[in-house]
Amino acid sequence: MSEKIKVTINGKEILTTPDKTILQVAEENGIDIPHYCYHPGLPVAGNCRMCLVEVEGARKLQTACSTQVRDGMVVRTDTPQVKEAVRQVLEFMLINHPLDCPVCDQAGECGLQDYYMEYGQYDPKFIENKNKKSKKATPIGKYVILDQERCILCARCVRFTRFITKTEEIGIFNRGDHSEVDLFPGKELNNRYTGNLVDICPVGAMTCRDFRFKCRVWYLEEFDSICPGCSRGCNIKIYYNPHRPHKADGNRVLRFKPRFNPEVNRYWMCDDGRYGYKFIDENRIMYPLKGKEEVYLDEAINSFVSLLKESIPDRTFYLLSANSTNEELFATKKFFVDNYKLENIFLPDEDIFTGDRDDLLITEDKHPNTNGVKAIFNILYKDLIKLDELRELLEEKSISLLIVNRHELPEDVLDFIKENGIKLVYLGTNFNKTSKAADLVFPISVFAEKEGSFINVDKRFQKFSSRLEPLGVSMPEWVLFNRLSELMEFPVYYSSYMNIFKHMISEVGAFKNIDLNNINKYGVLVEL
Amino acid sequence: MSVKILTKHFHIKDSHKIDVYISDGGYKQAERALKEMKPEEILEEVKKSNLRGRGGAGFPTGLKWSFVPKDTGKPVYLCVNSDESEPGTFKDRHIIEKDPHMLLEGIIITSYTIGAHESYIYIRGEYYPQAIRLQEAIDEAYAKGFLGENIFGTGYKLDVKIYRGAGAYICGEETALLESIEGKKGKPRLKPPFPAVVGLYNCPTVINNVETIANIPAIVEKGGEWFASLGPEKNGGTKLYAISGHVNKPGVYEHEMGYPLMKLINEDAGGVIDGLKLKAVIPGGSSVPVLRAEECDINLDYDSVAKAGSMLGSGAVIVMSEKTCMVRALQRLIHFYKDESCGQCTPCREGTGWMLKIINRIVSGNGRKEDVDTLYYIAKGILGHTVCPLGDAAAMPVMSFIDKFRDEFEYFAINKKSKVE
Repeated sequence: MSEKIKVTINGKEILTTPDKTILQVAEENGIDIPHYCYHPGLPVAGNCRMCLVEVEGARKLQTACSTQVRDGMVVRTDTPQVKEAVRQVLEFMLINHPLDCPVCDQAGECGLQDYYMEYGQYDPKFIENKNKKSKKATPIGKYVILDQERCILCARCVRFTRFITKTEEIGIFNRGDHSEVDLFPGKELNNRYTGNLVDICPVGAMTCRDFRFKCRVWYLEEFDSICPGCSRGCNIKIYYNPHRPHKADGNRVLRFKPRFNPEVNRYWMCDDGRYGYKFIDENRIMYPLKGKEEVYLDEAINSFVSLLKESIPDRTFYLLSANSTNEELFATKKFFVDNYKLENIFLPDEDIFTGDRDDLLITEDKHPNTNGVKAIFNILYKDLIKLDELRELLEEKSISLLIVNRHELPEDVLDFIKENGIKLVYLGTNFNKTSKAADLVFPISVFAEKEGSFINVDKRFQKFSSRLEPLGVSMPEWVLFNRLSELMEFPVYYSSYMNIFKHMISEVGAFKNIDLNNINKYGVLVEL
Repeated sequence: MSVKILTKHFHIKDSHKIDVYISDGGYKQAERALKEMKPEEILEEVKKSNLRGRGGAGFPTGLKWSFVPKDTGKPVYLCVNSDESEPGTFKDRHIIEKDPHMLLEGIIITSYTIGAHESYIYIRGEYYPQAIRLQEAIDEAYAKGFLGENIFGTGYKLDVKIYRGAGAYICGEETALLESIEGKKGKPRLKPPFPAVVGLYNCPTVINNVETIANIPAIVEKGGEWFASLGPEKNGGTKLYAISGHVNKPGVYEHEMGYPLMKLINEDAGGVIDGLKLKAVIPGGSSVPVLRAEECDINLDYDSVAKAGSMLGSGAVIVMSEKTCMVRALQRLIHFYKDESCGQCTPCREGTGWMLKIINRIVSGNGRKEDVDTLYYIAKGILGHTVCPLGDAAAMPVMSFIDKFRDEFEYFAINKKSKVE
């Protein structure tokens, strides 16, 4: 709807469209209206009654979440009547709430705490015994823990499982003040999006089994990123713990949460992606290895250069990774294809055609950047090689130097390499069997430790940045190729991330419609 | 002798049977309406009649029907609200027991007027014998061809089904009723959209009380103007007054709208029992504000009762004698609303439970003086802040009882015993 109407909220005249509710218009204009049951990604319920506002001409206070704006509507959120109503609704919420903030993992990001400070601050009148409910700290599903007494019955979780996952595991049972959120009899919470229940629960009724008690949320810091779990490229926030390094076994990253992108994941992300963060801090390759011994980076690089010089391009083989960023792939192409003149450079089909997909977010390609490989190397799906045919390929081409970026090679290939004295160089973030069998290992920084970009399944180019330092001497691949280029006396040298990014945008055909100075925060569609 | 519309057959033996009903001119109006009148003409008569919804809200019936959008391509439904669960209310039950065919005839005419071909009668679960009697009546009407395909040879089709509730007061709230018919938990919907536009199965739906619908044949027969002339301005027709409590002859009495309350108590119901003095009256079902004896010199129509600070509601008059302890009476009422709160929205869910805890504490002798103010404070926090009127229904008695009998509450809280017992 393009028709413009005029609405006045707290004396401020606002031009808007009639398809919105008072709450949406207020939010867009920086006017805070408290709410619990309303969530922009879910149907309106109107049951928490926190968003009561005064509408001129209406007999009673109206819920801002469910009332659509009309031309000439005059709304007030700041009258004594509204303030008193909101304060009292909040008081009702809290009478049977256990007020166990000191032991509640939600503390610090709890709707009840926040709104009490902002809209409450009353002298409590409740002196009766609180209602008891049956489930305290009861696990429901793999990642969620339920405390019915903390619940304010906003029914966001019910609506999420009904309308978003359509799995309908959760309902509200009983009536009145003994109403309880619970699983339907015989149902288990085993859909693949349960972590979102923790996000949307505005209080501590549903907390995360993975995250809880690891760190108080006020010690966490966050930055925006892109989930590398599959080719959907869900927009996420990464929460890390820079101030309490003794917590959580010294792990820096403690959780992912989805970040709104209307074009990609809206408000949600899947559990596979959300709880797949552990590779950032665990089992990391931090220093170069030569023959299983940690060595200085210079030594490892010199060895690599020697290997490259000993081998010839015809007998060298490179396995690309669809987990590399576009910038890394671009540097790889510059180094190996343009300068080293390598032709044996392939992307294996590993984890691309898993068949594991759904209608919501999960895609079958478990790499974030297969489309990036396609864009930069002009590889088509039909050009992908199969890892179980790799042995024959190596044999056929009499390969003497195999460079593997992150993949896990099949046992037969590892045996073949060993038997035939093929030199194996591994670039990667985490240890696996292949890295352990390699002659040279280079530590690559994970996506959360570097700037970069991915192209998702829908050809959306999305940039991300980082606030984490690379572990050990791990580095982005393009930095490694910079060093190698120097020693190989190749012409290409990138002084900074911005430098390589600009080169990439101007040189790669698929990126020609990307405007360097104006990259949409929701990403840009590219032509593939 | 006042005019009888709804109870006119009640004295006849077997008045619930179709032959008896037909022999007294029954189904003639439905036939005439279907054969000779256009829906717009019937709607016009109902508008003229000043018939107002008998379920409690008193909304003009004709106006409600006129909100049904035309030509949406969706079916239109008529739902008859027979959930009658308001404490003190027992009028619809008499219509169903003694004259179910008058209701069915009203349903036929109403459905025809609003363009419905399917009608549901939502009857409360406790009305088991009544549901059976109603089903018998429906079966009789089908057998005579008054329901089903091609009614009266006009080509008009109508099916009527009974849906039995499971005992929840909230299902008498019209949108909770729709949820219940749809097989869901009876929880009221947000309005707007109103049921006339988005109702049963998201289709346009009219929901009327049993008594409202039972008036329709008479309006069609004698005209809207005649009906309107029976009561004061904007309050057409007669009303079934269900009087209960401390009176000698509790029961259902039909009178024209605007019948004096004191006359109903003293003449129809034979006065307060044991010659006791009148203390208070709840004039329209337990949800409405209570009136002190000296405020009872009023007429029972929607506007007059509203002027006295209460509501006619369902016309259920609850009489309390001077021996009534208002604290215990309110305790009983709060208990009811606490039990019946669906729990969907915060103020009603938490507020009713809190009020019950306080009044239970007062009655058990553990009250404090400030509890009375807290009760009032909670009720004020519920009033007007809930999804549906149940919150208001719980809050209004509390506020009015305390407003009008505060001394009794404070006495109980301080002295740990009732002032009147």
